Amino acid sequence: MLSTLPRRIWAARWAYLFLLPAMVPFFVFIVLPILQGLGLSLYDAQLVARQFIGFDNFVALAKDEVFRQAILSTIYFVVGVVPITVAIALLLAVTVFPLSQGVQSFFRLAFYLPVVASGVVLSIVWLYIYHPTYGLLNYLLSLVGIPRVEWLGRTETALPSLALVVVSWTIGQPLILFLAGLGGIPLDLYDAASIDGAGSWARFWYITFPLLKPTTLFNLITQTIGVFQVFVVVLLMTRGGPMNTTQTIVYRIYETAFTFFHFGYASAMGVVLLVIVGLVAVAQFRLLGQEVEY
Amino acid sequence: MSIEIEVPRQRSETGQRRSQLGTRVLTWLAVLVAFLAALASLLPLYWMLVGSFKIETNAMSVPPEFWPYAPTIRNWSKLLFGESPTWLWLLNSLVVAMGSATCAVLTSALAGYVFGKKVFPGKTFLFWLVIITMMLPKQISLIPLFLLMRNLKWINSYQGLIAPAVAYPFGIFLIKQYMPTIPNELMNAARIDGADEIQIFTKIILPLAKPAVGALAIFSFVNAWNDYLWQLIMTNDRAMFTLPVGVSKLISQLSNYDLGLAMAGATFAFLPMLIVFLVFQDYFVKGITMGSIKG
Repeated sequence: MLSTLPRRIWAARWAYLFLLPAMVPFFVFIVLPILQGLGLSLYDAQLVARQFIGFDNFVALAKDEVFRQAILSTIYFVVGVVPITVAIALLLAVTVFPLSQGVQSFFRLAFYLPVVASGVVLSIVWLYIYHPTYGLLNYLLSLVGIPRVEWLGRTETALPSLALVVVSWTIGQPLILFLAGLGGIPLDLYDAASIDGAGSWARFWYITFPLLKPTTLFNLITQTIGVFQVFVVVLLMTRGGPMNTTQTIVYRIYETAFTFFHFGYASAMGVVLLVIVGLVAVAQFRLLGQEVEY
Repeated sequence: MSIEIEVPRQRSETGQRRSQLGTRVLTWLAVLVAFLAALASLLPLYWMLVGSFKIETNAMSVPPEFWPYAPTIRNWSKLLFGESPTWLWLLNSLVVAMGSATCAVLTSALAGYVFGKKVFPGKTFLFWLVIITMMLPKQISLIPLFLLMRNLKWINSYQGLIAPAVAYPFGIFLIKQYMPTIPNELMNAARIDGADEIQIFTKIILPLAKPAVGALAIFSFVNAWNDYLWQLIMTNDRAMFTLPVGVSKLISQLSNYDLGLAMAGATFAFLPMLIVFLVFQDYFVKGITMGSIKG
């Protein structure tokens, strides 16, 4: 029996050769650093010095007020912003889908361009739009009599203001996926339902929504992974302020590691991020009860 | 898959007609709202473009100018021919994005083909490893990767900026998903005709997998272009900044926040991506769907 394994490996030598260019950098630059990141979380690691301290980093994290804020606003994004983004994308897709191809393309373009524009570009523009004195938003609101607001400077408005940027930045991809998913639903189903007297709401609730469940789950998961990493908007727009209300986990990791050079502590934050991402993904799978086909 | 459709009780003729009218009004209302949302989505980009042609006092005027009354190219000339090496930043970004895309396409096409078409010991394990890393937040490996680059003395270098993008798990996944559409008979026929493994890959797989490879090329290009966090920590030499890093530093370093210049910088950083998107729009749409839906 044992002799067959080497034979099977030899028979597949081309497969291994073809895998090599991907697998070498995959292990060196992706897998190995992940494992090292897990290990580093157990060390007190600075620029040069390094000392094993067990779970002390995690104990310190549990008491870290700023990190708690970062977890809270990250949860705000995951539990609040992501479902809203996906729901809006679904409503937009259902609204736009019956229209002509050309009109659909316009909507795809309009909502996907911000995705293409990247976080840096959007952050710079939104800084201008949110500006308390000469920002566009305050001007437009003043037309309907709403007084000037310092959007990014107040503890109540800073996080929702960033959330709006993130929604406008990320809605394009789920929209495109929902449109594609709608295209895959056989029209006969709707015809049959109409003959049976189902109204448009019944058709949406009993045909469209169940059939789009896999797409919805995929959107929720990918959006969640994306929103966990909200960083650019924080760095460029608020730097975590005011009063730490817009801290996010990835921004904490960045500042801890690359401003204060506490590599071990920052790695422990990375592990916490990993655990939360895993838990949320499992919860989403459970909630929508269907597997995404891979 | 079973689909249950609950049938509402038959309504009277007139009631039904009235509700149909109501539905139609609602539908058009929804389209109107969607249209306004689309405009709102485009507004920031329009505002950026217009702002880049405003002189400082007009950029700060209240009420704001929806069209620059005294358009100026001062911001653009300051950005492109001023003291900051903007063109160099553009070049750096292009080198990094193109280098990353080229490497990612080569490695992912080979690996995706092998995962999709070959049987070999260790396949399941390796593929699951690829899938898992695809879903993990990148930040977990950020610090060890940075330390590795520091030890290799690859900080402020192209190879350091490109290295983490050479293996692209999502790309491997994308190509693997596409492989079932290529019939095995075609490969077997070529093999009988005396084609070797390399020829089968270059003459059959690559041409037939063109839509997937195209989507992969664009995704890896855009991804590399937008990998701001990595570029930010990997460069501290002004001459090695990428365009997004350079533009963002330009803005944060301005003592007196120059809005016109900021908008010109943002527009300039957006333009290459806009061109890529408009030229390859079909690949974008196909690629996004390809990654999520089987077949």
